[in-house]
Amino acid sequence: MAEGREAWITGIGILSCLGEGPEIHWQRLMEGKPGAGAKAIGPYVVHPIGPVDFDKQIPKRGDQRQMEPWQRIGTYAAGLALESAGIKGNRELLARTDMIVAAGSGERDLAVDATILEGLPKAENPAAFLNERLMNDLRPTLFLAQLSNLLAGNISIVHGVTGSSRTFMGEEAAGVDAVRIALARIHAGQSELALVGGSHNGERKDLLAQYDFGGFMLKGGYRPVWERGPEGGFASASLGAFLIIEERAHAERRGAKPLARLVAAFSDRCERKPGGVRQSLRGLWEKIAPSIASGHYAVFSGASGAEPATGEERAFLAELGVAVRAPGSYVGHGPEPQFVMNLALATLALGHGALYPPCERTGVERNMEGKLTQVVVTGVGHWRGEGLALIEAART
Amino acid sequence: MAGTDDKAGRPIVVVTGMGIVTSLGTGIEDNWRKLTAGESGIRPIGRFATEGLKTRIAGTVDFVPVEPLCGPALCERMGEMAAQEAVSQSGIGSRGRFPGPLFVAVPPNEVEWPQRQEMGALARGNDAFDYDNVLRTASTGAFSKYGTRFLFASIADRLADAFGTQGSPISVTTACASGASAIQLGLEAIRRCETDAALCVGTDGTVNPETLIRFSLLSALSTQNDPAQAAAKPFSKNRDGFVMAEGAAALVLESLAAAKARGAKILGVIAGCGEMADSFHRTRSSPDGKPIIASVRNAIADAGLAPDDIDYINAHGTGTPENDKMEYLGLATVLGERTKDVPVSSNKSMIGHTLSAAGTVEAVFTLLTLAHQRIPPTINYQVPDPSIPLDVVPNAARDASVAHALSNSFGFGGQNVSLVMSREAA
Repeated sequence: MAEGREAWITGIGILSCLGEGPEIHWQRLMEGKPGAGAKAIGPYVVHPIGPVDFDKQIPKRGDQRQMEPWQRIGTYAAGLALESAGIKGNRELLARTDMIVAAGSGERDLAVDATILEGLPKAENPAAFLNERLMNDLRPTLFLAQLSNLLAGNISIVHGVTGSSRTFMGEEAAGVDAVRIALARIHAGQSELALVGGSHNGERKDLLAQYDFGGFMLKGGYRPVWERGPEGGFASASLGAFLIIEERAHAERRGAKPLARLVAAFSDRCERKPGGVRQSLRGLWEKIAPSIASGHYAVFSGASGAEPATGEERAFLAELGVAVRAPGSYVGHGPEPQFVMNLALATLALGHGALYPPCERTGVERNMEGKLTQVVVTGVGHWRGEGLALIEAART
Repeated sequence: MAGTDDKAGRPIVVVTGMGIVTSLGTGIEDNWRKLTAGESGIRPIGRFATEGLKTRIAGTVDFVPVEPLCGPALCERMGEMAAQEAVSQSGIGSRGRFPGPLFVAVPPNEVEWPQRQEMGALARGNDAFDYDNVLRTASTGAFSKYGTRFLFASIADRLADAFGTQGSPISVTTACASGASAIQLGLEAIRRCETDAALCVGTDGTVNPETLIRFSLLSALSTQNDPAQAAAKPFSKNRDGFVMAEGAAALVLESLAAAKARGAKILGVIAGCGEMADSFHRTRSSPDGKPIIASVRNAIADAGLAPDDIDYINAHGTGTPENDKMEYLGLATVLGERTKDVPVSSNKSMIGHTLSAAGTVEAVFTLLTLAHQRIPPTINYQVPDPSIPLDVVPNAARDASVAHALSNSFGFGGQNVSLVMSREAA
């Protein structure tokens, strides 16, 4: 790390089934009705996006038409983050803002798929039929909603972020590594100002099917993350989350207030054999432990509910004996943006100096005495990748 | 450390291993020989029926057996072949243990039509097809064989296992700049002193009906199907689009200090990288060319060089009317009076556009250009475009003295990445 460089979180943009923005999220977390935003799609539990007026962050209808839901959610959340940090519309700063987006891949036109799959078995020449239907039925612009990097592209177009643009693809680890690399670049002097996050459309049937090919989805009705047991899974969420991470001196020069200090972020990828996740988390914890200053910390867990990852994380957290919250019980699980969402919610908790109430019956979540001054955020992927980040109240 | 840091005090990053697979063949030697002979790897598509399609050609890699064939499986296999060649040449690490992180440029990973049909057939039973039936079938575990195959990070995950890279592998996707972004991430990690080495791979094997049609619907592809070899015509007046292609390339990056310490042969230097996103349009460049200009200037400045130091440019050169015009504008602005004197060639005239792999593939060819002091040509250059007065190294390779070279990669979504590579550490 270059000497004296410190990273602050100076902006948050969040959108989920709880609503949009910090205040409504904190209010809902305090209310203690974790399943309130969930619904069923087929056999699955999903958390759809709450009411949102996309015009507020994506004013041009033409832009909205060029996007599929995951891009609208993400572009909206990125706009909230830029606004929160006071850099929205500041062309000079936006031209130096380094963007790292965590993304899956884009959406399909399910009606076109259905028409083709309906017609293929009856077609005289199936290959020619497929070509003809795709040529005629695919909207040219749909491709741009299918490219993984086009969330970043839309953020550039709508909000003018152009310093740099990188998209990491693939599940929870993409979100953890987006934060880790943005932070490492700031610490090393490779970057001063970063926009980091992602979005997920949790209601895509093609994606629900894909995640359940591996048996990762929650079925049989809503339960909080820790109550899902060995047959657990994740409740797919529509959500968007972005952070502005900024070098301290840069923030001070422009009079930006820190919401938290991002102290460290680490990632790893273990072989997912029994005990692997627990071992990986222990290794990551050793790296972060020297920065944990006091007994006044808690863990915001990214546990998804998918097994065996969540069971192993629960066992690891039990070793620590620390107060834990799994915000996924409230907002559901959007693989790529989940880590950033949990960092954002942890930042809110730090701002209030306290945790929201426990919301499950197994005892993993418990009350905490005293003022909250640090939070460790975990991000254990449902099938691969483990990560930890530490935030604390910034000293100004 | 004296002699192993650059002018900015950062570790110098060198290349100690390279590997490549393109439609021309497998391996550095075969590819370089064919590329400098001006051979084309573009051919009629045989993989699927092209009835009714405007474009029926591509630079497919058909000689790598993958069963059953699907994009992620071919990407993984080609990536593995390229990485194996690079790691072997480098001699770094030990079998199954690469001492650094993995950065892989990959296309979006998607379920394709053969699998979708398979799901559809099982899901529908006697009913009309709909996705609700697919959901009911998926939850029974009937498709567990696809459990991770189509997850977005699966290619990187499996390559990480195959080579024993360290830490969390990064799948990077910045459309047609992805391959350059992967190298950029490796370069930055070594400069941060996080690691002494990085394995950077770019791979793309996604020529299938839907991807072809998507590009076709955006009018991005050449439709001059016959003869296939003549379709890719970068910088020509009669250029009419790019030709989709497949391939993979890999580079072992190391700090100069670490490479020297283990006595590794140094194949070239990654001297600098520049980037600038474009906020103008989803598929088109800002008409003033500013983001491209900034990307090129940033890369040259990052390398501690001036535009006058650049001896050769490995162009993005897709052969679309738009790209080549804008790339010329960008280069002419940066190079000024030297514009017509600096050789600029496009590998895509021969191997087509390897999409997510292109930045890595073309970085390998740029490093070979530096190593051999020989510039591969732009083939199919029969009708010069008077509005693009560049020395495109027309139709035949040429010996030249090249100390520093620039490679451009531009992608949909406003992605612009430029790399500067040098023959020797400054």
